[in-house]
Amino acid sequence: MKMPNTVGYRRENGKVGVRNHVVILPLDDLSNAASEAVANNIKGTLALPHPYGRLQFGEDLLLFFRTLIGTGINPNVAAVVVIGIEPEWTNRIVEGIAESGKPVKGFYIERNGDINAIAMASRQAKEYVQWATELQKTEVFLDELYISVKCGESDTTSGLASNPTVGNVVDKLVPLGVTMSFGETSEITGAEMVCKERAATPQVGEEFMKVWNAYNDIIMRFKTDDLSGSQPTKGNIRGGLTTIEEKAFGNLQKIGKKTKYVGVLKPAEPPRGKGLWFMDTSSAAAEAVTLWAASGAVVHLFPTGQGNVIGNPIVPVIKISANPMTCQTMSEHIDVDVSAILRGEMTLDQAGDKLIEMIVRTCNGRLTAAEALGHREFVLTKLYVSA
Amino acid sequence: MIQFLVHEKSDTVGVATVDIQSGEKVKGLYMDSQQPIEVKALKDIPLGHKIAVKGMKERDPVIKYGHDIGMVVAEIKIGDHVHVHNLKTKRW
Repeated sequence: MKMPNTVGYRRENGKVGVRNHVVILPLDDLSNAASEAVANNIKGTLALPHPYGRLQFGEDLLLFFRTLIGTGINPNVAAVVVIGIEPEWTNRIVEGIAESGKPVKGFYIERNGDINAIAMASRQAKEYVQWATELQKTEVFLDELYISVKCGESDTTSGLASNPTVGNVVDKLVPLGVTMSFGETSEITGAEMVCKERAATPQVGEEFMKVWNAYNDIIMRFKTDDLSGSQPTKGNIRGGLTTIEEKAFGNLQKIGKKTKYVGVLKPAEPPRGKGLWFMDTSSAAAEAVTLWAASGAVVHLFPTGQGNVIGNPIVPVIKISANPMTCQTMSEHIDVDVSAILRGEMTLDQAGDKLIEMIVRTCNGRLTAAEALGHREFVLTKLYVSA
Repeated sequence: MIQFLVHEKSDTVGVATVDIQSGEKVKGLYMDSQQPIEVKALKDIPLGHKIAVKGMKERDPVIKYGHDIGMVVAEIKIGDHVHVHNLKTKRW
């Protein structure tokens, strides 16, 4: 396949983004109000309010910092204003983002109050917006992109057509050098042995099993005798899915037929090279896409059956559906309609090409359905209770 | 117009893409090779549900996506509806 070129923003660290956001990033829940006030003052900026950042500790705190710093570093972001209640953790975020060479500045509310902090942060945000809006897109190669994949509100049309369409794209783009990532640890249950064998080396397969076993141990700890009644769900069974294995293989169609994954990533951890990567994520859509955005993904592919409407504030989420009812009743949410596969009028190969064309158009600037509709779900993953 | 799709050559079941009536002769398509296939439906098979494209005995695996998705618990003939009454997970 000939590699299509596209345009993007080349950032200070050499990575390529396809959007040009100036982000107002609150350190913590207390700084949401000031961040939203700055975003309201300065047009063209984007506040990312969230509920955490206080009294977290251990692995949960590390994930929190990795997620916020990674979000700032994401190549779809041009510059960042960080606002925190106090200087120490605010600076930790600022310094983390600054390592990428990106313009970033932090402001604190203690000893300033909201109003002074908002005023100072707004002046900086205005400078950043005027600077960012003069940046020019340049021609980039598709193999410079990092794309994540995850499905939601799946039904039988997902396993039949929309997931295999994404799999077809993975099988076409990864050999060209595109970096891609899949995850959803819990949803692999039933196909974990096959997923293990899809690893590029036995060692990577063992790493995957370690992550999956850790998840399964939690399930077993809280196990009740209704588990077989919940996976697949009653809705899944009504739709024609019979076993958890069948559901898991339908999900795994998203990684294609032959591509092997080269490594296992912690939540929000950036890939360490090209190829397909497994990331340990929740299967909840907004949590998972937020983790991929924090790991540096610049486009997300989201197949859906019944019509999950998720978006992300900094990453365009491309929706693919093969369910004719969804494509008709929720047409404003669907970017790529592949329901013709169900009528035998479109092959997976053609559907994959159609999706690649949409990836290129999205990089070129076309807003996805989720972007146009204002879906900005930014949901941090929390591992356990705060102190 | 087709009435069902089969993912791979080795699969023993296809998936109905429309509601299929018992006794209907239905046309299907293998998604890997685009080869056509025709089967006589022995039962009503709702959209999204599985139709047997090969006969299977008790304890045989059911193959979909080229993988074992569970065990046959009641004999299955070509054209049968394959679901919770004749297919069970090996997991729990």
